[in-house]
Amino acid sequence: MSQIHVKTIINGDASEFLCAADETLLDVLRDRLDLTGSKEGCASGDCGACSVTMDGRLVCACLVLGAEADGTEITTIEGMATGENLHPLQQAFLDHAALQCGICTPGFLVAAKSLLERNPDPTEEETRYWLAGNLCRCTGYDKIVRAVLDAAKIMRETA
Amino acid sequence: MKARLHPNEGVIAMQFQSPLSVEDAVAFLADDQNARILSGGTDLLVRLRLGHIAPSKIVDIKKIEGMRSITREDGGFRIGAAVSGAEMNENHDLYLAWPGVVEAAGLIGSTQIQGRATIVGNLCNAGPAADSVPALVAASATARIAGPSGVRDVLVQDIPIAPGQTSLKIGELVTSIFLPAQPVNGSDAYLRFIPRTEMDIAVVGCGVSLKLDSAGTVVQARVALGAVAPTVLLVENAAEILIGTQLDDDALSALAEASSSVANPIDDKRGTIAFRKDVSGVLTCRAAKIAYSRAKGTVK
Ligand SMILES: Cc1cc2nc3c(=O)[nH]c(=O)nc-3n(C[C@H](O)[C@H](O)[C@H](O)COP(=O)(O)OP(=O)(O)OC[C@H]3O[C@@H](n4cnc5c(N)ncnc54)[C@H](O)[C@@H]3O)c2cc1C
Ligand code: FES
Ligand code: FES
Repeated sequence: MSQIHVKTIINGDASEFLCAADETLLDVLRDRLDLTGSKEGCASGDCGACSVTMDGRLVCACLVLGAEADGTEITTIEGMATGENLHPLQQAFLDHAALQCGICTPGFLVAAKSLLERNPDPTEEETRYWLAGNLCRCTGYDKIVRAVLDAAKIMRETA
Repeated sequence: MKARLHPNEGVIAMQFQSPLSVEDAVAFLADDQNARILSGGTDLLVRLRLGHIAPSKIVDIKKIEGMRSITREDGGFRIGAAVSGAEMNENHDLYLAWPGVVEAAGLIGSTQIQGRATIVGNLCNAGPAADSVPALVAASATARIAGPSGVRDVLVQDIPIAPGQTSLKIGELVTSIFLPAQPVNGSDAYLRFIPRTEMDIAVVGCGVSLKLDSAGTVVQARVALGAVAPTVLLVENAAEILIGTQLDDDALSALAEASSSVANPIDDKRGTIAFRKDVSGVLTCRAAKIAYSRAKGTVK
């Protein structure tokens, strides 16, 4: 089967890979590039566990073809912490116990970061609407929303 | 090779093309019944993964010049076929002119889906409950189609012909949607009924576009319904009922009755026929009131 040669920038680093035409970006990240932080919950765009950004837009990596990533810039959960230093959102999720099994967490973090980049001071309602495409079977969402609002506050204070 | 990929994988390798011009896209699509066009992929990739389709070729249109831009034309707006719902919602001028169309596009899926989903994909997927389609039909939007025999403009309501089927011929693609100039004292609205508050499929959707005179009397009206028939419905007698009125109670009850009676829905777990017909009338009146107050300039 002919493979497609794709050149992208992932978490700031130039990256090249070969993939099949029907391979999703999520499969490429996980199976070819060993970036297994993005999770597959549904493979149909419903759960948000595979959230990444593509040219600055939040998308489901399960609904993007690997081939479409050519010439784009991708960020994943692996690009969130700086070395050993957690991103304020990651720290807030720990402080608020905003995760249990953790499968949804990378997607929530990537989605929440994308929200705060656009809106550093979101209301609870705005936060809940922005995150409506991220499903969690464990926490009941409230702790997640508190964590995001708290991280937003900390980030505003330290900005 | 993963078993969950579509059944043809490994047998016939699917190709991926990312043309830079409409001519190249048409050439890739020509004579290939099994080629599929990829815009935002939020319908196509789900169906590919489920094995509902096994295309020979996927033609991604996002790199074609103009496909990702919104431009002014004859006082209206030309929206490229790869413009996402999020991009439409960020265009303030577009929102001021056609708030109903923009809100309808903005209802499609979550933030993640909004980053990719297009109104052209919504239209060409030809789902009966597609949210942006009734709003586009009410707005008298046209689709520009390019194909082996050239370019033509078609009214949006003439694109879907049955669930999952469009009037496009082999080798053709939609390159843009045109929303005409919004007259002074004109505006629109779209509402849908869903059992939840977010992330659900419309049980009924309704788009209304109105133009008023300076005294607030309706001079033009178009009403379209989604999810209550195999394809989008234009409520033909809505104009006759509303023109000359100021949306008084008599006009509204006649409008509700007209909407309920053209609705031809199915019975399923999400709503009975009687319920969907009733909701069609109620939603039409609510959407008409919003479009009316927007057109009067009391709210935008
Ligand atoms: C989680 C989730 C939630 C959703 N919620 C909603 C919702 O609330 N309301 C709603 O209406 N829909 C919803 N959808 C469905 C889908 O997102 C929309 O229909 C969307 O508008 C499709 O646009 P797209 O650009 O992603 O289409 P694509 O998947 O790229 O294409 C859809 C179809 O149109 C064809 N096509 C694409 N571009 C062209 C073109 N230029 N010319 C000719 N044919 C073309 C494709 O070949 C394909 O058959 C949802 C989907 C998901 C996964
Ligand atoms: S795995 Fe992509 S949305 Fe669920
Ligand atoms: S913590 Fe288990 S799904 Fe969210």
